[in-house]
Amino acid sequence: MKRLGLDFGSTTVKCVVTAEDGKILYSKYVRHMSQIPLMASSLVHEVAQNFDGENMLCAISGSAGMGMASDLDIPFVQEVYATRTAVKKLNPETDIVVELGGEDAKIIFLRGALEVRMNGTCAGGTGAFIDQMAALLNVSPDDLNELAKKSDKIYTIASRCGVFAKSDVQPLINQGSAKENIAASIFHAVVNQTVAGLAQGREMDGNVLYLGGPLTFFSELRAAFDHHLKTIGICPQNSLYYVAMGAAFSSEVKEICPDDFAEKIANYSSSSAYTHCKPLFQNKAEYEEFMLRHEHDSDSIGNIEATSGKMFLGIDAGSTTIKACLCDADGNIFRKFYRRNSGNPVPLIKEYLSELYRDFPDIFIAGAAVTGYGEDIIKNAFRAEYGIVETVAHYTAAKRFCENVDFIVDIGGQDIKCFKIRSGAIDSLFLNEACSSGCGSFLQTFAGILGYNDEDFAKLALFADAPVDLGSRCTVFMNSSVKQAQKDGASIENISAGLAISVVKNALYKVIRCTNADFLGNNIVVQGGTFLNNAVLRAFEQEIGKNVIRPSVAGLMGAYGAALYAMERYDGKSRSSLIGASELETFSHTAKAVTCNGCSNHCKLTVNTFSDGSSYIAGNRCDKPVKASVSKMHYDLFEYKNTLLNEFRKNERDDSKKTIGIPMGLNMYELLPFWHTLFTQLGYNVAVSPISTHRLYRKGQHTIPSDTACYPAKLMHGHVQALIDEGVDAIFYPSMTYNFDENLGDNHFNCPVVAYYPKVIGGNMKDLEGTEYIDDFIAVHNKKEFIIHFTKILALHGFKHNKSDVKIAADAAYECYYSHMESLRKKADEYIDIAKEQGLPVIVLCGRPYHADPEINHGLSRIITDLGAIVLTEDSVSCNTQKFDTSVLNQWTYHSRLYAAAKYVADNADNKLKMNLVQLVSFGCGVDAVTTDETRAILEHKGKIYTQIKIDEISNLGAIKIRLRSLFAVMDKLDTSKTYSNEVQKEEFVPIK
Amino acid sequence: MIKNKNTKTCSAHRDPHFSEGAQFTKDMKNTYTILAPDIFPLHMDLIRQIFLSYGYKIDILRYTGKKVIDTGLKYLHNDMCYPAICTCGQQLYALTCGDYDPQKCALIQFQTGGGCRASNYIWLLRKALCNMGMDYVPVLSLSFSKMEQCDGFRITPYMILKGMIGIIYGDMLMLLRNQIRPYEKNEGDTQKVVDKWTRELGSQLSRGKGLVGRSLRKNLRAMAEDFDKIPVNNTKKTKVGIVGEIYVKYSQFGNNGLEDFLASQDCEFMVPGVLGFFQFMFDNKITDYKLYGGSRISCELSKIALAAVTHFEKMMCKILEKYPRFVCPSHFDRIKELGDKVIGRGVRMGEGWLLPAEIAELIEKGYNNVICAQPFGCLPNHIVGKGTIRTLRELYPEANICPIDYDAGASKVNQENRIKLMLAVAKEAEL
Repeated sequence: MKRLGLDFGSTTVKCVVTAEDGKILYSKYVRHMSQIPLMASSLVHEVAQNFDGENMLCAISGSAGMGMASDLDIPFVQEVYATRTAVKKLNPETDIVVELGGEDAKIIFLRGALEVRMNGTCAGGTGAFIDQMAALLNVSPDDLNELAKKSDKIYTIASRCGVFAKSDVQPLINQGSAKENIAASIFHAVVNQTVAGLAQGREMDGNVLYLGGPLTFFSELRAAFDHHLKTIGICPQNSLYYVAMGAAFSSEVKEICPDDFAEKIANYSSSSAYTHCKPLFQNKAEYEEFMLRHEHDSDSIGNIEATSGKMFLGIDAGSTTIKACLCDADGNIFRKFYRRNSGNPVPLIKEYLSELYRDFPDIFIAGAAVTGYGEDIIKNAFRAEYGIVETVAHYTAAKRFCENVDFIVDIGGQDIKCFKIRSGAIDSLFLNEACSSGCGSFLQTFAGILGYNDEDFAKLALFADAPVDLGSRCTVFMNSSVKQAQKDGASIENISAGLAISVVKNALYKVIRCTNADFLGNNIVVQGGTFLNNAVLRAFEQEIGKNVIRPSVAGLMGAYGAALYAMERYDGKSRSSLIGASELETFSHTAKAVTCNGCSNHCKLTVNTFSDGSSYIAGNRCDKPVKASVSKMHYDLFEYKNTLLNEFRKNERDDSKKTIGIPMGLNMYELLPFWHTLFTQLGYNVAVSPISTHRLYRKGQHTIPSDTACYPAKLMHGHVQALIDEGVDAIFYPSMTYNFDENLGDNHFNCPVVAYYPKVIGGNMKDLEGTEYIDDFIAVHNKKEFIIHFTKILALHGFKHNKSDVKIAADAAYECYYSHMESLRKKADEYIDIAKEQGLPVIVLCGRPYHADPEINHGLSRIITDLGAIVLTEDSVSCNTQKFDTSVLNQWTYHSRLYAAAKYVADNADNKLKMNLVQLVSFGCGVDAVTTDETRAILEHKGKIYTQIKIDEISNLGAIKIRLRSLFAVMDKLDTSKTYSNEVQKEEFVPIK
Repeated sequence: MIKNKNTKTCSAHRDPHFSEGAQFTKDMKNTYTILAPDIFPLHMDLIRQIFLSYGYKIDILRYTGKKVIDTGLKYLHNDMCYPAICTCGQQLYALTCGDYDPQKCALIQFQTGGGCRASNYIWLLRKALCNMGMDYVPVLSLSFSKMEQCDGFRITPYMILKGMIGIIYGDMLMLLRNQIRPYEKNEGDTQKVVDKWTRELGSQLSRGKGLVGRSLRKNLRAMAEDFDKIPVNNTKKTKVGIVGEIYVKYSQFGNNGLEDFLASQDCEFMVPGVLGFFQFMFDNKITDYKLYGGSRISCELSKIALAAVTHFEKMMCKILEKYPRFVCPSHFDRIKELGDKVIGRGVRMGEGWLLPAEIAELIEKGYNNVICAQPFGCLPNHIVGKGTIRTLRELYPEANICPIDYDAGASKVNQENRIKLMLAVAKEAEL
């Protein structure tokens, strides 16, 4: 009897009919647009027609088929198992299968013990991701493949999650990097994601088989895999149908009549119900009241049709869209421009301006300001006067619609910006950190997946009777939630409404993290393109239980705010320096990629050259490549710390001595002076692993067992690998439950990762075999005990020393460690004095010792010093505070320092010193879920602003810059508002006198 | 300590600093209901009875579902670990849903006090209560290290010992149930016996009975006898072990009904007992002293506690050994050996070395298929869960280990799909 195998994947349904001997007689696939029963039933119908309705043996596989299989009483074959069955039969020589699907990725190791790795809760780096990226570049997925063929350069794109990758790609697009290179980089990111996320410590060598849609259709993706795995993989015939074939070959099958079966599938509806929220509108009347109310939101400004007098231009080069508008001296809006940013903002603005000059040759543009990700390039290309931070632009605009606005929520295409306004200044700022879920593009993506355009999709939501409750999580998780809801019979209307509600919940509970609506205040302005969606607007009002204001130009607020900014600063006479009509005609622009060799960062730069010969560089982490020679003094304690630590790398090897290797990461960033001195005193060479780079990371990447661990931990694999490659006699990386006790907390633990990562390295790095690896438990807080135990540990590994020798060495080691810490503190005092003298702002950049690693902080301290501030660290100021009561458990040495530093900064509130704190948080650091709230509380208790920056292996400096510039803008504003309020006070006192 | 009494009213986002939290006074003991999250499947009721015998009224909260998770997410940091969201979510939900009068309630959490961020639950609850305007609700800590003690709530060593006996009964019930239920001839037989014993033990414990060695032994023996009598089929089932983070491993709410799912997939599952976790904690103090020196007294006390608990464990094993049908857990000494072999017993944060040791033990007992249930992004489990799988596979090539992440955002479909894969591989190995 013939066999029928069905594969219900995340995006497609596939079916094969095989003969008894396994030969394929028929195969077909369709995209199911989430209407699985409908599509599947028509597929099976076709099968019935093709084979005259003869009975077949059938089995179902695929991630979306499990429920259906059990309800229809057809055997279900787990899809990886199905793949494996098919591979065993058709390609028995295969060692490793790489299979990418619409939303899932798998690696199957067939040699030795069977091992299967699937993406779990994270679906980055799959077909859906490639589609998204193609859409971002405004090309078809096939074109993406064609483009990638012509690349000459690969950019680093985050390889963990599609959402992060997107925030890496966007700046590249905005900076005008060549599409060819971006396309190739996207494929390489997929490879990285698959290898890092799934190989998890297993080497990928042998015969590799490529299966699934993306690997079948994209030759460049296969090439990227080949390149990375240093092999040539095979993409077999029928590579799309392996899962379906595996189902067909399964030993558990059931005889069916295809016609009946098709009928049964068509009538299939899932029995379980989904949880739902309140409908957006109870009745039509409510809807009408709502619509009417928002029509009056923008009564204060009007639109004008002709230029009148002096005009001000505002441009917002945002992440996914370019917006521009002009306004007159009264703030009336003229010539709105709103365009999807398809990779390069420059030609779009050129087009806008030329049309403007053509239609209104006499226009008098008095000022121009630019904001947004593309600020620098547009400002330079078209010679605008001002470049301002987005947050400032948005606030300026919002004030127009609501003078005493308390809170602004802006949900754009890719970012969410929320800020609280206190006494006329931006008080706290909430940005979505390295995660763009719950934004406009999120809704667009889903509309696309479900086969609708954005507007129709939004309209569907308004009268949904039972919106699906989808929670507020990452886009990737949302995919599965939506899938599940569909399975449970949710209508498109209810899904659309559910997504709108989830966008709101994400903003409120994940970004703002507000626990009650009062926190937002009473005067709330919502803006950003996403709020033009009435369903989102309604969901927001419903969720907070208050009415809000949505300006008619909600999508344009950045540009409008920029125009207003230029207007407010106008001197009343001159014309704008903006590029003129004649010059614009000859304007042209080319982009070229180069690597900067100014320092060890080796930034990948994009050089934009304009027709007048001026060029503009994007992608730089510092001012070095931009300003040929920078000699500006900067006071950077990170840099100082690194200089001190680098001293320990300089020693030469004495061949007569044994060499101990120390991997330079995590807690070693602080303890290096200690261990280095200890081993040197005991008569060893000490080899320190090289300075971290992304390449070094990749060296050890395949041995990482848990890809959700923090980047600093994952980097350790590279460091240890480097030491192995260098050839040392022993690698010393001890497990340390406890840290030094600085009496700032109730205990002195290390975090679990810092404490026990040596064990992870030992258990997962096969290459360590043959090198003595010292990962024993040791504590340094008690010197006497340390000497006893350390002597034993050395002996255990064949290094015999007298206790007295160890004591002498330990004395020196402790001495060296203390003096190292002392010099950091002294330097901090020195810098503080300078700050006081010169009136410079100070940023205490708080994190952990290892955040000083430039590969981990992405040169962040440099950005701060370039903005004109002094950078201090938490460990250099924490000594200035005594132990105090915190409202969380204070038992980790590094975190105690953090709280102490926050206290120190907070207590300096009234001092002349302009000191603020920025907390660095590594993505995936669980303990920081506790510390961030506490640090914020300590600061805000004394009226200080809290700023948090999340860092990962990605280096999206654009977002980080916005964050920092906003902080600086707030600091400036606070300064001016202080003087202002002083004046007011004086006036008030006059009559009394 | 600085206590500022003026911070009674603190609104959202005004920091709850210097607020020590409300105290649980002696008067409250008689009038207040203490709300506890539902952590262990069969043990909580027994522990509740023990507290009742001391005059504390404890309610075990059985709330489940999205409303609980949402409450947790609303008042706790979203990146906080899933067990915090679930357990604190249950408690905060209880206070807001109208079933309880918040003015007459206290909350209790179990504290291990290690280097894991989970040690922060008490503090997180206090912060949340403050943001909810309910900072008058006292938060109690059940811990051995006297992290938080107050007037009305005192834990004596004798109470701890009694608690341990409650745990042993719970472990015994769980073990017997798990080994019989998949094979029972008449559906529901096993549950009847479980219910009978939960009632019986509850009644004994609340009266202070069943605690002395002899009556303990008698009870345990009678339990084994009762379960042994249940008629069973001689079918073959896939044997699955469950290890993991202490909450998601045991809590059906935390692990999306993992046990029910496995039962529906024709599996017999073994979940190592709760007692092992306590032995592990006592052992940590001893190991700490060995590795780093420090307080000798705490080490000696832990030795006594460990010896006492291990004595009960041995009693349980001895009884089980008489029934060849039951797989008896390994002695703690063996578990320690396995811990040393896989990772080293200095790894003590979270479930520490116990987790891989339990995997090894399960494999040695014939449960080659092991699910490691962990909250998404659980720091210790980066180390002791996923971090040790490679080592375990080298030691036990037949090991079929499957880590599953649990999270407010993770979908049940994905989790079940992964488990199905593990089972497909398992079934192939059985052929």
